[in-house]
Amino acid sequence: MSTLHAAIILPFILAIGVPLLKRLPGRPHPGWAVLLGPAALFIYFLGQIPSVQAGQGIVSTIPWIPSLGIEVTVLLDGLSLLFALLISGIGALVTLYSIFYMDKKREAVHRFYTYLLLFMGAMLGVVLSDNLIVLYGFWELTSISSFLLISFWHHRERSRYGAFKSMLITVFGGLAMLAGFVLLYRMTGTFSIREIIQSTDLIKGHSLMLPTLLLVLLGAFTKSAQFPFHIWLPDAMEAPTPVSAYLHSATMVKAGLYLVARLTPVFAGQAAWFWLVSAVGLITLIFGSFKAIKQTDLKAMLAFSTISQLGLIMALLGLGSASGYFTDIQQSLFYSKATMAAIFHLLNHAVFKGALFMVVGIVDHETGTRDIRKLGGLMSIMPVTFTVALIGTFSMAGIPPFGGFLSKEMFFTAVLNAGEMGIWNMQTWSLWFPLIAWVASVFTFAYSMVLLFRTFTGKLQEQELSKRPHEAPVGMLISPVIMASLALVFGLFPGLLSYSLIEPAMASILPGLLAPGEKFQVSIQFWHGWTPEVFMTIGVIAVGILVFALSSKIKALHNPLFTRFSLNGVYDSGLRTMERSSQWITNKYMTGSVRHYLIYIFAFLIVVLGVIMFAFDGFSLDMSSYAPVTIYETAILLALIIAASAVPFANSRLLAIILTGSVGYMVTLFFVIFRAPDLALTQLIVETVSVTLFLLCFYHLPKLKKELSVLKFKLTNFLISLGVGTMVTLIALSALSAGSSHPFESISKFFLEASYKLAGGKNVVNVILVDFRGFDTMLEIVVLGIASLGIYAMIRLSLDDEQQVQLPS
Amino acid sequence: MELMMSIAVGILFMIGVYLILSRSLLRIILGTSLLTHAVHLLLLTMARLKKGAPPLLGEQASAYTDPIPAALILTSIVISFGVTSFFFVLAYKSYQKLKTDDMEQLRGDEGE
Repeated sequence: MSTLHAAIILPFILAIGVPLLKRLPGRPHPGWAVLLGPAALFIYFLGQIPSVQAGQGIVSTIPWIPSLGIEVTVLLDGLSLLFALLISGIGALVTLYSIFYMDKKREAVHRFYTYLLLFMGAMLGVVLSDNLIVLYGFWELTSISSFLLISFWHHRERSRYGAFKSMLITVFGGLAMLAGFVLLYRMTGTFSIREIIQSTDLIKGHSLMLPTLLLVLLGAFTKSAQFPFHIWLPDAMEAPTPVSAYLHSATMVKAGLYLVARLTPVFAGQAAWFWLVSAVGLITLIFGSFKAIKQTDLKAMLAFSTISQLGLIMALLGLGSASGYFTDIQQSLFYSKATMAAIFHLLNHAVFKGALFMVVGIVDHETGTRDIRKLGGLMSIMPVTFTVALIGTFSMAGIPPFGGFLSKEMFFTAVLNAGEMGIWNMQTWSLWFPLIAWVASVFTFAYSMVLLFRTFTGKLQEQELSKRPHEAPVGMLISPVIMASLALVFGLFPGLLSYSLIEPAMASILPGLLAPGEKFQVSIQFWHGWTPEVFMTIGVIAVGILVFALSSKIKALHNPLFTRFSLNGVYDSGLRTMERSSQWITNKYMTGSVRHYLIYIFAFLIVVLGVIMFAFDGFSLDMSSYAPVTIYETAILLALIIAASAVPFANSRLLAIILTGSVGYMVTLFFVIFRAPDLALTQLIVETVSVTLFLLCFYHLPKLKKELSVLKFKLTNFLISLGVGTMVTLIALSALSAGSSHPFESISKFFLEASYKLAGGKNVVNVILVDFRGFDTMLEIVVLGIASLGIYAMIRLSLDDEQQVQLPS
Repeated sequence: MELMMSIAVGILFMIGVYLILSRSLLRIILGTSLLTHAVHLLLLTMARLKKGAPPLLGEQASAYTDPIPAALILTSIVISFGVTSFFFVLAYKSYQKLKTDDMEQLRGDEGE
């Protein structure tokens, strides 16, 4: 148990405590109490920076299931510290914001904070766990708490749809990831990430390497809304805006990025990893930025923007992983710049996207709509919000002097560098990387401008708005202002981040590049001469302005293109088809007819027994030790078969009953001939009683169905019954011959010898029934008792509608 | 003799199964009692049909027939009798209530 364990548990404890706050007099807003949690955590994690910088993080273990190698090991290094700071810091800001956003009178705020804290704890658990299984547990907890938060307004149909969709997709990915983790365990024998990183030699070239990589990436891609799994994120925008700001821009969607970064030391240098991560990232980047521009809902626009930016970071992580391939340290360091850019942009994105979501929340809160077509001219009404939005969108678009500008420059550097790699067919593709990056940046610029100017400039359409717009309360503005200031600070003083956060994070993503005691030289400069990147940025701004100006026309151009084929449609129809086809299959075979089920059962029996018998050459016939055939037995046998065969052809029920009875009496005769007097006696009596019972019931049956039905001859029935009969005969014969080839001595010798000596009885069958195996007899008596009680109950008790049981009052 | 008995048991099985697959509840019950007979005969046959005295020690014979299958079959007869009578009364009651003994009509509603 360390302070780090306590830090993970703290949100969970608070989550338990939140509902208790309801009982407080005056019902204060629970957000104030909740705020203490993330604020304290943030301060705690800030305090850890110096020791992590010095390479002395925290590693602490609590045994959980040691026999399976599952231990709650927490690890605080550069990467996890970075994420922990994001989670707690933005968590605190979001909590503060939500205090003003969530009305304590109208909303179930206690429930809201319980879910939010649950999520916060789970997310901390994900980034601080060293054990893969524990990580997976927290990972699923983030899916569940995100599900609960998306469907917070569960009376809305869209909320439930969005929550269900995100749940299905992220849990699907989570399960794939679990499978990947298990494969990692198969290869290395440990669940500890640190130990797996140390034994990468076992993984390289292993036949399970590729499946593992794919499964793990599936988990990361679904969680981080990468193409084509991004479809859940826009629908998750039904959540309250603080949730969107926290989960779906800053934290949860970055869990996939965290996973990729965390496992980069394991898979870096693998072509599959490089290509998958960077290609999927680039596709997501351009697709998201392209889709974002056509949205009319502000939150949907931000959702696609988030998807696009996550793709950018993912692509950078992929490009950075190439540094694991090179043995030359200088070359490796050269390509590791991509990783640096990824971390820097991750931080930038968290602050500007958080701020933008809060801005949208404020606009929504103060005007009553998020529809871009109804908004406009809010600049003079909401000056503070406008300023925050301006900083956020400019940072997102990559305009100096904000943080986004620097990360965009670094991104361009990384894609240009990628062209020089000359490995894994990069020669062929090297031109595409900068091209896609540049086009995506143009779109990013354009939608950022749409977001800003369509909302805040132009004419105010007051008749369209349900509320009179006015500036938000101060409390609501604190968090976005802080975030916007950070976006500015990151841009102006990147050095602040470089040494404190980015460099230790680099050290944990690419541990192989550093000699002990060495540190990455992370220097992010604001200006580095007339490099190609600068010209690219100028191009982005120039073309971006053009696209923005023409955006209404372009929108008309690419609208039909996207409505024809949409991934949402694929998802929806896929789900519907699955439901329908399983319904169809079930309806096909679950017919409700007992006869059909019996046919399945018998057919299965025939097929299984038949296949086994012939596949394993099981049939054999050995007639050497058979008893001789005598005339009496043959005669009785013939009579029995004739009587039995006549039953299905019997035209009347009476005849059928009598024929069945005669079969029973033939069996009695067999018992006589084969020297079983007790059996013969019992069979005689039972058969008589049975036939009497049959006739009795037959007599009582109402004459509803007068015509005595001739059985409809059904070929299937005949074939099935023929099959069953044949199988029984064949098996009986095989068993008989197997018995004569391996003659085990029967244990009946013992009963014959001991019957009189031990039990004092001469009728051996009776002695077996009541002495040697008396338990059987006892239970058989119980069966008879139950049957008679059951029959009595059936006849006497009936729960008709008109004849209810009279309960004693 | 065992060969003949095995074939006879097979035929009894066949007829029993055929009756069980039919529509009328009464025939299904008759089918189960035919199956019961078949199983009892099978038990008897599988223990070999060697001749010997009945397993009564007063006979003072040199060889006896196997008493164990006899004990097993005896138990089985009683149990199947109990089950059959229960089943029969059940069929009778269901006929009274539902006014049909056609198995095709005794199925759940579609789509349930």
